[in-house]
Amino acid sequence: MTATAAPPQAPAPAGPPVHKPAVRKRLVPYWLLLPGILWLLVFFVLPMIYQASTSVQTGSLEEGFEVTWHFRTYWDAFTEYLPQFLRSLLYAGTATALCLLLGYPLAYLIAFKAGRWRNLLLVLVIAPFFTSFLIRTLAWKTILADGGPVVAGLNAVGFLDVTSWLGMTEGERVLATPLAVVCGLTYNFLPFMILPLYSSLERIDTRLHEAAGDLYARPVTVFRKVTFPLSMPGVVSGTLLTFIPASGDYVNAELLGSTDTRMIGSVIQSQYLRILDYPTAAALSFILMATVLIMVTIYIRRAGTEDLV
Amino acid sequence: MRTPLAWLRRNLVVIAGLGTLAYMILPNVVVTVFSFNNPSGRFNYAWQEFSLDAWKDPCGVADMCGSLGLSLQIALWSTLVATALGTAMAFALVRYRFRARGAVNSLIFLPMAMPEIVMAASLLALFLNMGIQLGFWTILIAHIMFCLSFVVAAVKARVLSMDPRLEEAARDLYAGPVQTFLRVTLPIAAPGIAAGALLSFALSFDDFIITNFNSGNTVTFPMFVWGSAQRGTPVQINVIGTAMFVIAVLVVLAGQTVGNRRKKAQPK
Repeated sequence: MTATAAPPQAPAPAGPPVHKPAVRKRLVPYWLLLPGILWLLVFFVLPMIYQASTSVQTGSLEEGFEVTWHFRTYWDAFTEYLPQFLRSLLYAGTATALCLLLGYPLAYLIAFKAGRWRNLLLVLVIAPFFTSFLIRTLAWKTILADGGPVVAGLNAVGFLDVTSWLGMTEGERVLATPLAVVCGLTYNFLPFMILPLYSSLERIDTRLHEAAGDLYARPVTVFRKVTFPLSMPGVVSGTLLTFIPASGDYVNAELLGSTDTRMIGSVIQSQYLRILDYPTAAALSFILMATVLIMVTIYIRRAGTEDLV
Repeated sequence: MRTPLAWLRRNLVVIAGLGTLAYMILPNVVVTVFSFNNPSGRFNYAWQEFSLDAWKDPCGVADMCGSLGLSLQIALWSTLVATALGTAMAFALVRYRFRARGAVNSLIFLPMAMPEIVMAASLLALFLNMGIQLGFWTILIAHIMFCLSFVVAAVKARVLSMDPRLEEAARDLYAGPVQTFLRVTLPIAAPGIAAGALLSFALSFDDFIITNFNSGNTVTFPMFVWGSAQRGTPVQINVIGTAMFVIAVLVVLAGQTVGNRRKKAQPK
């Protein structure tokens, strides 16, 4: 046998031949997945099915509920609570935009300019995760109190005139207005924006910045043409991680807002836990889910980063 | 170019970034300051006078420390279970090619792509329909469910960046599968697993919406704070908030210092 006649196999494996029990090995991933998948199937998928069946039931708490395929619940719920729906999307959208606007400089600062302060700044961003967010949200009641220094300051610089004109505040009050709710939402979800932004910025090779500079790009151009496009994965996952939970939130609306700022989350919560109108509540939460999923899908397609999923 | 305006322009990012940080830290400062307050009414929203009373007697409020203990217990258990299940799933997804991999990936992604209230409400629908008593166990089940996806995401990120040749090298050096896993794979994946565990602890400990729906009459710490927002907030809540912030900063700083030392100790 000559060398040329030898079958074109890979070079002989170094070390002892490995014995591969083919069938057993193929089952390994399934065994690893089994407990987790079961948990998700029983406590995530099955509940969705139950909720779907609840949403087409009619009846009352006293007489019991029965599946009657009453799809009108969806239409009735949708038309009745349309204002709260639109308000939720508006507030969540505004909060997401503000988070991006506020979070980007901080993420940029930590990624590129912080030097030895980087760790401390990161800790200060992560630490809120470990402090009860309800306590911190309640603190906004103190900060935004009527006649307090923050409100007085905002009033002095004419900020409240602008927000009043936009319909976000009323007179010299901030608490119990849309501004307070958006402020709370922005605050609550900022870490969810900053961390993905930071991790995608951190991965950027700074030599690209230098190269752009060498090619006579001004700092603004470097940002617009190099940094920002490369941080897109962070922008996309950050906006999703902010918008999705913000759209279903009711904590900020309840603690910092008034009855005029109720979001769809408050409605679902009170339908489920206080009024006990389960079919309407289930229909509402399905409408919310569908809306969010559709918007997210369109957004991900547009942003062109399907590999995130 | 030494005018203040030029200086401002050059440092715009730093100023804006620090501004955001101030916005993020402000509530924590307020919580800390008001933990030394002696409020006149039931609500601790306006500054009255300096007092150490709440710090001397942090558990002086009925039921508060009980709820705190319950939250810690639930967070510990759900972290343990979610980390174990999630780590196994992450390894299966990164290390093996198999059918249904895409479906499994989307099943894990879905809980993160859904408003929390939708999951909360659907779990309640399940428990109501099955006639399961709401309480400790339903909270625990719910928390494990939503922590799972976050653990998988954290561990997956780490395992993806691992060099499989290190494990091959270990096998070439006659390490058995168990030995390879325990002495090579696990130590390299540890930061990802730790991040996932830390995240799920924080998420579970702080969760309000899902707990609100599935707790029945059981009161976790966030539920207690929520209730007190209506009834009147005791100063002790601020004491706990301050203590949690300080402990969190110390734990994370300590973790990072250890991580940095390890990095420096490694050759190259």
